[in-house]
Amino acid sequence: MSDPQDAAETGEDHTGPELLHGVPMSSSRGQVVLHPGADAYLGLMADLLSDGYTMCVDLCGVDYLGAVDRRLPAGVTAERYEVVVNLLDLEGRRRIRVRVQVAATDPALPTITPMYPGAEAMEREAMDMFGIVFEGHPDPTRILLPEDWEGHPLRKDYAMGRIPVQFKAVEGR
Amino acid sequence: MSTVDDHRLAALGRQDAVLRISEAEAEAPAVVDPDDERMIINMGPQHPSTHGVLRITMELQGEVVTRSKPVIGYLHTGMEKTAEDLTFLQGPTNVTRMDYASPLFTELAFSLAVEELLEVEIPDRATWIRMLMCELNRMSSHLLFLATNGMDLGAVGMMIYGWREREEVLRFFEKVTGLRMNHNYIRPGGVAADLPDGWQQDLEQILAILPSRLEEFDVLMTGQPIWRDRTQGIGVLTTDEAIALGATGPLLRSTGYAWDLRRAMPYLAYDEVDFDIVVGTYGDTFDRYAIRLNEIRESMRIVEQCIDMMPAGPYRAEDRKVTPPPRARIDESMEALIHHFKIFTEGYKVPAGEVYCPVESPRGELACYMVSDGGSKPHRMHIRAPSFVNLQTLPYLVQGGLLADAIAVISSIDPIMGEVDR
Repeated sequence: MSDPQDAAETGEDHTGPELLHGVPMSSSRGQVVLHPGADAYLGLMADLLSDGYTMCVDLCGVDYLGAVDRRLPAGVTAERYEVVVNLLDLEGRRRIRVRVQVAATDPALPTITPMYPGAEAMEREAMDMFGIVFEGHPDPTRILLPEDWEGHPLRKDYAMGRIPVQFKAVEGR
Repeated sequence: MSTVDDHRLAALGRQDAVLRISEAEAEAPAVVDPDDERMIINMGPQHPSTHGVLRITMELQGEVVTRSKPVIGYLHTGMEKTAEDLTFLQGPTNVTRMDYASPLFTELAFSLAVEELLEVEIPDRATWIRMLMCELNRMSSHLLFLATNGMDLGAVGMMIYGWREREEVLRFFEKVTGLRMNHNYIRPGGVAADLPDGWQQDLEQILAILPSRLEEFDVLMTGQPIWRDRTQGIGVLTTDEAIALGATGPLLRSTGYAWDLRRAMPYLAYDEVDFDIVVGTYGDTFDRYAIRLNEIRESMRIVEQCIDMMPAGPYRAEDRKVTPPPRARIDESMEALIHHFKIFTEGYKVPAGEVYCPVESPRGELACYMVSDGGSKPHRMHIRAPSFVNLQTLPYLVQGGLLADAIAVISSIDPIMGEVDR
């Protein structure tokens, strides 16, 4: 996961970023953020669930294609996609955010729906909008777009407003 | 890898309630299996009780719902994609159209996220105006719920009363923001305009009318045996199930769990006002109705305190890089003219970073996840819509109940389809 060359370039020394459950941790405007790779993701979510983060409030994709300025802690290899999961600990009144790096060549992650059943619709949305596959998802179908829609609209290389209308009933548009 | 055995809902003793079938299977004509009387029907997308365009694919055994799935997307217009092509200044006009019953909350979440990235301090008066307007919006949203919930259960008179009371609040909104809905009033840096002269009297009038009207609702519905028969014990959810499914707002509070972001993680000035969190006991349709009815009363308490405690001062940040200068200044100052021109042509640049800003909307946790790469438009703007997530509880709420009760349950989730589909 860690890339020594990256660390050398940014001038970070051997101490590296702070770790939580073996995953680099950073702070964004006072909010705690974890940066696992795709392989450490499922284990981290299980650890966080047993830590008391019982609710998955939000899960969404982000496409960083063409982002001019992107902030990541040293040791995290930047990939094109990110899946961002916001967890909530209701008893402890605290939040944590997990930003998983997902490679453009094989955009896939294991599903977290057995642990967080509420993530089912959100994972379907991320799949619909970004084409990220959630392996083991109980219902891997499109959620907001028609099931015969082509492409994934929230990808940065999906042009805005210049696509033919794709609804089944409309001919020749 | 996890298996089905350690599925969290299975551990809570819930069998899978979601009907996961393909579109082709759902559209096939209903065939009644002579052996077990199982039948698949589609309810909606144009059924009045679905509050917009929601379709529910249901598997019935006689009149009992065994499995179901909400099918959504009929109102999807790609608003998150649109947001990437609008400047931060234009953003609120877009997000306000998501939850059209409580538009100010989406504007608020968006503005809080932009301000967090900009590190702009907003004046006290702007904070209190935002809180006042949001609580009024919570009242109008819950009044709309009472109207539609009554209509769905056959109390058609209630529909007219609910709309009438809501109109009192909307009239005030029109006076303040110029519009009854889709206000674009809460903007990064403050609010669009100061409260108009005589706003206290207008609000005192509303606050004087509403208590007696709410008591009429109690007579019309709360105490009615027919109303209670149709709502009590229907669509029951436990706290653990609600948390596992990500349900927030009145849905979670109805299970007896006092979770309200205004209290648990205060934003704006909610730590300076007195109000109670209304919780239920049984997690049924009646509790969800009663919570919303009583939250109107709590919001009225907050509005009263806002009238008394409203601070004087500017209603938006005086940072000319973020908010436009007053109109009069443009005539006399070249610098003001330049600022005005720059803000409305290229907008302002927001420092790179990402932030998640949640607020308690009438439907639950509404949040804006904003990623900026240093430009004048968001790199990614995601709205965590409470209706979208809450709708996932529907199959579990209606499982084992009668088809006729499903109507009451859908209504009690109070989904706004504009927000679900975005």
